[in-house]
Amino acid sequence: MAVTDTSPAAAGSARRRQTLVTGWLLLALSLFVAFVFALPVEGNASFRLAFPGDAFTVSNLVVPAAPYAWVVAAVLAFFGVRQFLPGAARWSGLLLGIGLLLVVTAFLTWATAGKSFSLTGMLQATIVRAVPIALGGLAGVLSERVAVVNIAIEGMLLAGAFTGAVVGSLLGGPGGLIAAVLVGGAFGLLLAALVVTYRVDQIIAGVAINLLVLGLTSYVSSQVLTQYRSLNNAPVFKAINIPYLSDLPVIGPVLFQHNIFVYGALIMVAIATYYLFYTASGLRARAVGEHPEAADTLGINVYRLRYINVTLGGMAAGFGGAWFTLGSVGRFDENMTNGRGFIGLAAMIFGRWHPVGALMAALVFGFADSLQQKLAILRTPIPAEFLAMAPYIATIVLVAGLVGRARMPAADGKPYIKE
Amino acid sequence: MSEARNPDTVSAQLLRRAAPARADFEDLVIVPVLAVIAALALGALIMLATGVSLPTIGRSFAALFIGSVGSLNAVSETLTSAAPLTLAGLGIALGFRAGLFNIGAEGQVIVGGLAAAIVGFSFSGLPAAIHLPLALAAGALVGALWAAIAGWLRASTGAHEVITTIMLNLIAVKLLDYMLRMPWVQREGRADPISKSVLPSAELPRLFDWIDPTLRVHAGIAVVLLAVLFVWWLLFRSTVGFEFRAAGLNPDAARYAGMRSGLIIVLVMALAGALAGLAGANQLLGVLGRASPNFSGGVGFDAIAVALLGRSHPVGVLLAGLLFGALQAGGRQMQVSAGVSLDLIAIIQALIIIFIAAPILMRAVFSFAFHKPTGR
Repeated sequence: MAVTDTSPAAAGSARRRQTLVTGWLLLALSLFVAFVFALPVEGNASFRLAFPGDAFTVSNLVVPAAPYAWVVAAVLAFFGVRQFLPGAARWSGLLLGIGLLLVVTAFLTWATAGKSFSLTGMLQATIVRAVPIALGGLAGVLSERVAVVNIAIEGMLLAGAFTGAVVGSLLGGPGGLIAAVLVGGAFGLLLAALVVTYRVDQIIAGVAINLLVLGLTSYVSSQVLTQYRSLNNAPVFKAINIPYLSDLPVIGPVLFQHNIFVYGALIMVAIATYYLFYTASGLRARAVGEHPEAADTLGINVYRLRYINVTLGGMAAGFGGAWFTLGSVGRFDENMTNGRGFIGLAAMIFGRWHPVGALMAALVFGFADSLQQKLAILRTPIPAEFLAMAPYIATIVLVAGLVGRARMPAADGKPYIKE
Repeated sequence: MSEARNPDTVSAQLLRRAAPARADFEDLVIVPVLAVIAALALGALIMLATGVSLPTIGRSFAALFIGSVGSLNAVSETLTSAAPLTLAGLGIALGFRAGLFNIGAEGQVIVGGLAAAIVGFSFSGLPAAIHLPLALAAGALVGALWAAIAGWLRASTGAHEVITTIMLNLIAVKLLDYMLRMPWVQREGRADPISKSVLPSAELPRLFDWIDPTLRVHAGIAVVLLAVLFVWWLLFRSTVGFEFRAAGLNPDAARYAGMRSGLIIVLVMALAGALAGLAGANQLLGVLGRASPNFSGGVGFDAIAVALLGRSHPVGVLLAGLLFGALQAGGRQMQVSAGVSLDLIAIIQALIIIFIAAPILMRAVFSFAFHKPTGR
């Protein structure tokens, strides 16, 4: 990474500049909301909160669109001006986050004005679509914490999706899921072997694994699966309603009426957080990522920990990959992950190399994903392609803006050669 | 991450010091040749594993050979496929030399090709001597600007170019989808996303259609040769190129020597983008004639393999581009005459990268072909 000046004075001036930029950004957003979302709009936005047939019925949330947008614009202007007053630096990140959230809500009321829209349905889709991204991000966290850059997440997801479909067709859902996890782990092991034992450049190894998996799955898919269609017809895991909790209004359908992949992703994020930050072996793993020489001096087996963590990451990605087939459509299509692994990589960076952070970032991407899908129904004048671009542009902006603050593991990307 | 770029190993470095000529020969010739052979052999094993019979495997390899160099038409197909791979590969090689990993060639190919197509169908009535260079230049310029975004972000904020170029790739795909539906781009009377056709005055002329009208090889190969010469001159005969290489080998030393590292990064990315954009323009003006979704077909990713295989040397990239072009042309023949999916070629290409990038692995597997390593 670029050399950064770490002296307090330089850090202070960089922070001041960042605060000022945040201030101008918030003011610009305020004007944008006022002129685009508030001025030309009239009518009420009606958000449906309950599905037909729910145990408890909740009345629709009706928001008058124009007044709401004016309120948002005013709050944004206040946040923006606040950035130029003394003592602003402490709150600038938080206020920017709240500001962006408000812009999204204003956008939603603008798009829904005069119509009605199922908010609960969109939030439910958000959680579902966040699953592969969160697990991809988790795979990234696990391997980057031991200083192995994992560009191969995309390939591992694709391998999991393919294995889930084929083995799932033969042995049923659970067998397919286990096989997907194992194959994901196998590609993790391959990445570890290439970068640790054979000292291949980590990014080259990742790119090569992505191309290899894409080639292998597409080849077998067009060579074998088109002839034997029964091999590509896996059962899909059904939703499990958590007793009592799933009957709650809004929260029930959003959080507690999902299939095994959503619950599994949440459990895995919890386990990974506990492992990395509350166990001795997690501490060792992080030491390997920060300073492998020191870890080695203390008797930690650097190579073995890298192998273990990268393989575990591959298994998480394999589980996430199985979501594409066993968790949603039941059949494999060529390149069906479609860049979701790279989004997982971005989620890891947003989440500052922390499993919970990666999950939160994945929820943001999942929200963008489901928003894009649902907005097609509302017929907004914004082209769908631009909405699809939004998360990628946001990633670039945040990667450019965050580097000063979020710190990657110090040894990230560097091979370790034992003396 | 800059220190980790050098894939050379301790033993290879020792060997190089002990016997430079021999080590160069092993690195430059034996490792790539063995990698290609090993990848082809593994490709045969994969065919066997997916139930392809032995005679069919034999016919596939025969088709691979005949389809790439077996006839005049085959050679023409190989050259046609090699042109964009070599151009984009040169751009990536330039990045490697300066210590930058540009995964964004795919996006740069897309925006470059789109720009060339737009210029190609928009200006009617221009003579070919002006229109064709204009369309090529538009492709190169737009590709350069697209890549320069990543370079500028790297130089000014430290945002890693791997992440930003991946994101720019994804954005370019969506941008293409959007542009192809604009009324001034989309072909009249079509509902599907496809652009108008490039006017004849902007087409790269076919070179040998007087022999046989099916020969597709076009004047783009001249552009490729000029680009190879230019990159060679730039890297090894110019001051700017020296600074590129110095920044790649040791960024700190380069900075202390007074080189402006930020400017170098932006310049390298822009040049790499220009070459990739030229690859897209080359493909659109010479082969496709109009833009459609996925017209790039992964050229930008295959070009990474080409740059690696060519050891980031312009001449090496040209040879690697020819090999990959031959694999693609032969692969198409293989699909037609032996019924083996073209995706097998993608597997072979990925295996070639892995083997080339892991010289230790090659030395361990094919120990007979190498001088006994000195040291450990």
